[in-house]
Amino acid sequence: MKNIGLVAYLDIRESLRAKWFYVYAFVFGGLMGLFFISGITDSVVMGFTGLSRLLLVFIQVTIIILPIFILITTVKSIAGDRESNVLEYMLSFPVSLREYYWGKLLGRFATVFFPVIVALFVGVVWGLGKGGEMPWGMIFLYSALIFALCTLFLGIAFFISTLVKSHDVALGLSFTVWIVLLAFIDVALIGLMMQNRVSDELILTLAMLNPLEAFRIGAIALFDPELTVIGPVAYYLLDTLGHTLLMLYAVLYPVLLGIVFALLGFWAFKKRDLL
Amino acid sequence: MAAIVEAKNVVKTFMGVRVLDDVSLRIDPGEKVAMVGPNGAGKTTLVRSLLGFYHIDGGTIRVAGHDPIKARTDVLREVSFIPQLPPPVRLSVSELLTFIERSTGTPQARIVAQAEAMELDIRSHRHKPFFKLSGGMKQKLLIAIALARRSRLFVFDEPTANLDPAAREHFYRLLSSLDYEHATIFITHRVEEIEGLANRKVTMDLGKVVEDETL
Ligand SMILES: Nc1ncnc2c1ncn2[C@@H]1O[C@H](COP(=O)(O)OP(=O)(O)OP(=O)(O)O)[C@@H](O)[C@H]1O
Ligand SMILES: [Mg+2]
Repeated sequence: MKNIGLVAYLDIRESLRAKWFYVYAFVFGGLMGLFFISGITDSVVMGFTGLSRLLLVFIQVTIIILPIFILITTVKSIAGDRESNVLEYMLSFPVSLREYYWGKLLGRFATVFFPVIVALFVGVVWGLGKGGEMPWGMIFLYSALIFALCTLFLGIAFFISTLVKSHDVALGLSFTVWIVLLAFIDVALIGLMMQNRVSDELILTLAMLNPLEAFRIGAIALFDPELTVIGPVAYYLLDTLGHTLLMLYAVLYPVLLGIVFALLGFWAFKKRDLL
Repeated sequence: MAAIVEAKNVVKTFMGVRVLDDVSLRIDPGEKVAMVGPNGAGKTTLVRSLLGFYHIDGGTIRVAGHDPIKARTDVLREVSFIPQLPPPVRLSVSELLTFIERSTGTPQARIVAQAEAMELDIRSHRHKPFFKLSGGMKQKLLIAIALARRSRLFVFDEPTANLDPAAREHFYRLLSSLDYEHATIFITHRVEEIEGLANRKVTMDLGKVVEDETL
């Protein structure tokens, strides 16, 4: 396993030179900047004030755009490496497939995780400068959620890129996965709900199996169920499961799912033609 | 003498087409094989199978005594490979050399010296991404890396396409001056060019070895 660190390190070096990385860092950094300019920290809306509100908006936007960013950049670079025969050359050296696959995954993880976390902390520091208390609980929970979000979508991205050989198909599939998780599942469930033939509990369970839904609920799990913005579903879940269980679920379930996809991807990487 | 390459009845199908159709090939240490054949004959597919990139559908392959799938790294430790086209590697030259040094144990200084013998000065390009080198420079660097590894088997998939005639001469001279026993598989469409270098010619067509002669 001695080359795993080497592969990860070189992948990070490569990413730091890539355009996508700068766009990525710029989007999350810019997002924070935008929030400050728009004065979110100064307003009081629906019971949220200052820094908490800033962090909440940040995590909600992150939940929407981080997945598609991770999916597209990862799939593009891995499928691209295969199509342009970079993979063929790099794997003609005595590096084991295990070292190569997990090294790449680790390197990728670092490059997608750190810009978002840094943006989060910059936001916190800035917000504190304007007065107010350090929201430790939120910072900790949101860091864990971002960690889980990165793990899940990197796992899915690696799975897609090892399974699908063609660049275009892999990109299309990534986009489909994203939009299905983001919107289609909800629309379908709302449809089911309106027909009144299935119990609400079943629908809620199905909804919570969608990891993006878990993130959404997780993001507001710290708040008081009385807050109107939370809505009836979250209210119901908070009431039945409680804060702690909901938070654990929102973090652990996606991480687990991400690891399963990454393992499946590794299995396909080993068992199928590399090129 | 133990063979360096021992392929027996190898079959590989892509989407129902037998791209390798019962190929058997034994290469002993010291043999310099020129591999020829029309486009699509299966030459690249065969060498990729030797390097463990493909799971073959039938037959067996041993390279340096190992199965390329089950003991991939053991095989690759013994083999230097130059691909058909220089890959657009995004690592810088120095990062690529680090990768090679750490994974194969080949000192970077040896690669640098080998490149100098091909009239390529790596030092002035260390921080450039590999893909930004000129076509000929890339090819020279790939050759320098392959030769510096002092492998027991060299696999060249048309390595001279981007080289000017002088560079080609350099390469052939360096290759023939390697002072230890090694075997070579040299895929080429211009066999007359490597006449002095090869002592055996294997011709493939439609996924089969159709001719095998000693030169
Ligand atoms: N990954 C793949 N998937 C599907 N078909 C493939 C794949 N790789 C090769 N083939 C097919 O296998 C056949 C042999 O290809 P190969 O690249 O081995 O030929 P070649 O002898 O190296 O030709 P050339 O002289 O043009 O390099 C071709 O018909 C090619 O289309
Ligand atoms: Mg070929």
